[in-house]
Amino acid sequence: MDARVENEMNDVPAGALAPVAEAGWDEPMQVTVEDVAKKFGLTPALHGVSLDIHPGELVALLGPSGSGKTTLLRILAGLDIPSSGRVLFDEDDALTLTVQERHVGLVFQNYALFRHMTVAENIGFGLRVRPRARRPSRKEIRRRALELLDLVQLTGLEKRYPSQLSGGQRQRVAFARALAIEPRLLLLDEPFGALDAKVRRDLRRWLREIHDKTGHTTVFVTHDQEEALELADRVVVMNDGRIEQVGTPDEIYDEPNSHFVFSFIGESSELPVLVERGKVVFDKLPLNIAARGCRDGPARLFFRPQDVEVGSDLSGAIPGVISMRRRHAGARRLDVEVGRAGHRIEIELPSQFEGGVRGRIAVLPRRWRLFPQEPEGA
Amino acid sequence: MSDAALGVDVVTEDRARSVTTERRPVRIALILIAVAFLTVFLLLPLFAVFSEALRAGFSGYWQAISEPDAVAAMKLTLLVAAIAVPANLVFGLAASWAIAKFEFPGKSLLNTLIDLPFSVSPVISGLVYVLLFGLQGYFGPHLQSQGIQIIFAVPGIVLATIFVTFPFVARELVPLMQEQGTQDEEAALSLGASGLKTFLLVTLPNVKWALLYGVILCNARAMGEFGAVSVVSGHIRGKTNTMPLHVEILYNEYNFAAAFAVASLLALLALVTLVVKIALEWRYADQIAGSNRH
Repeated sequence: MDARVENEMNDVPAGALAPVAEAGWDEPMQVTVEDVAKKFGLTPALHGVSLDIHPGELVALLGPSGSGKTTLLRILAGLDIPSSGRVLFDEDDALTLTVQERHVGLVFQNYALFRHMTVAENIGFGLRVRPRARRPSRKEIRRRALELLDLVQLTGLEKRYPSQLSGGQRQRVAFARALAIEPRLLLLDEPFGALDAKVRRDLRRWLREIHDKTGHTTVFVTHDQEEALELADRVVVMNDGRIEQVGTPDEIYDEPNSHFVFSFIGESSELPVLVERGKVVFDKLPLNIAARGCRDGPARLFFRPQDVEVGSDLSGAIPGVISMRRRHAGARRLDVEVGRAGHRIEIELPSQFEGGVRGRIAVLPRRWRLFPQEPEGA
Repeated sequence: MSDAALGVDVVTEDRARSVTTERRPVRIALILIAVAFLTVFLLLPLFAVFSEALRAGFSGYWQAISEPDAVAAMKLTLLVAAIAVPANLVFGLAASWAIAKFEFPGKSLLNTLIDLPFSVSPVISGLVYVLLFGLQGYFGPHLQSQGIQIIFAVPGIVLATIFVTFPFVARELVPLMQEQGTQDEEAALSLGASGLKTFLLVTLPNVKWALLYGVILCNARAMGEFGAVSVVSGHIRGKTNTMPLHVEILYNEYNFAAAFAVASLLALLALVTLVVKIALEWRYADQIAGSNRH
């Protein structure tokens, strides 16, 4: 990570940070979420979620739609009020603070820029609406807006209206506007969701740079795992109103703790197996796979395409028939039909692999995870 | 002629036209019908109004519109509009704000009720106020004893006008505000703006052109309303006659020149409204959500 930061420092104009820091950032803030639940009418959106966000951390809330990630973000922002639980900003009870009092910088997927204001007016809005006693002078507001515009690398666009900017530029303006109030916490709701793939990648690097410079505690919501894994210090995987796993991108990818995380993050194949006296059995065939503490009974075996070994003389491997063969970037991908029910698994082999469609093959996962099958309806 | 032959004919006749464009004679016929219709039903009457109004020359025209009863009718019309339009502006903003930005029980009922005046005959709109405030009405005797007169007086006319015109502003704003959602407001609040500042600096500017559009239409209707006002007015010359009522009285007295002179003022109002409306639609089409419904 350090190397990356150093690399990209060069992209940001020199001195862009200094004047902003002069304006006085607070120390980065710790956020504590304790057993927060939220219901909309009778529909639960969050079931008792707890989470610590460390000062200066960049945290991703990752999950499919309806997983509760946006609800959690809105609760942090003060736009939604939890049905129960506590939210602490450092030592303070955030739930007693109004939206305005929280000093949270919010960035929306659709930017929510004020369309009748210029870029400079948008950025200065948070300063302009302060009560008279704390409001900087017009000149000062303008100066700060221009500084922030430099920081987000949009120097010279202050007189434009939002409709005259590209999507990526608008999102940067929204970002500058959120930074202008010297937020204690930055919250980004699908910040790159409305942008096309290339702009998205550029803005991702840009966001990481800005974060490393300004050091705000930042939480962003995304349904894009690549974005979460690439950008965040820690990823919070959410599903169905619950937190499935919290960890560094490496932990989330390499050691998923539930079948949901395993199948949601990255590519994987899944097979229904039976654990019998410490042996893993697929289709009445004992596999050369240790059950490793998985209790007896039905279970689900997960592995990634590249984590397999193939051969015809492997003992305890899963026999199957190749049903499809394709080139996948630098490698060869095979779909293999296994078992009597014809389960399909996907495996990745070196591109020079010869076996063709209809060929027989035996597959042995080298890295895998076993998750006990939950009872129906759980 | 076979279908196939017809198909070939059509293709060779005009290769460039798209499938949804009719053949030239059909197009010309359709356009002529539309123009003829407009001429007979709209342009001719409009022309008649102005030519009749000026039949007695400019001095006659001036006399007709500067006569005390006519002036009183104009003043009353302006007064009624000056009360009804701001009242509906406030009501329309409040209602559309509530409908577009909050969830509350009865929301769809409120949304439907706003349209009521569009579907109710104006005569009924007037009669309900007679029923409520007339001498034989629910509150009539009590008001009478307090010396307050509503029916056959200015308050009744204002009430009936407000009733008839109240959908105009709300109908413009609701779809636009719904489309815009609440994110701008959420952004403003999170940036520290109070509720009032958020409304004044963000919400109101976002809908200003639609609001003006609604006000223009509301005003045109408020000044031109006849039915409802006729029921509650009592037609007292110089006192409770609005311009449309005054036109009718003059007409019934066979004072055609004067009737058309006053009517021409209303027609002028209509033309001005039309021009402003078109200008708004042309310039701010994207910010006037309901513009295609009028």
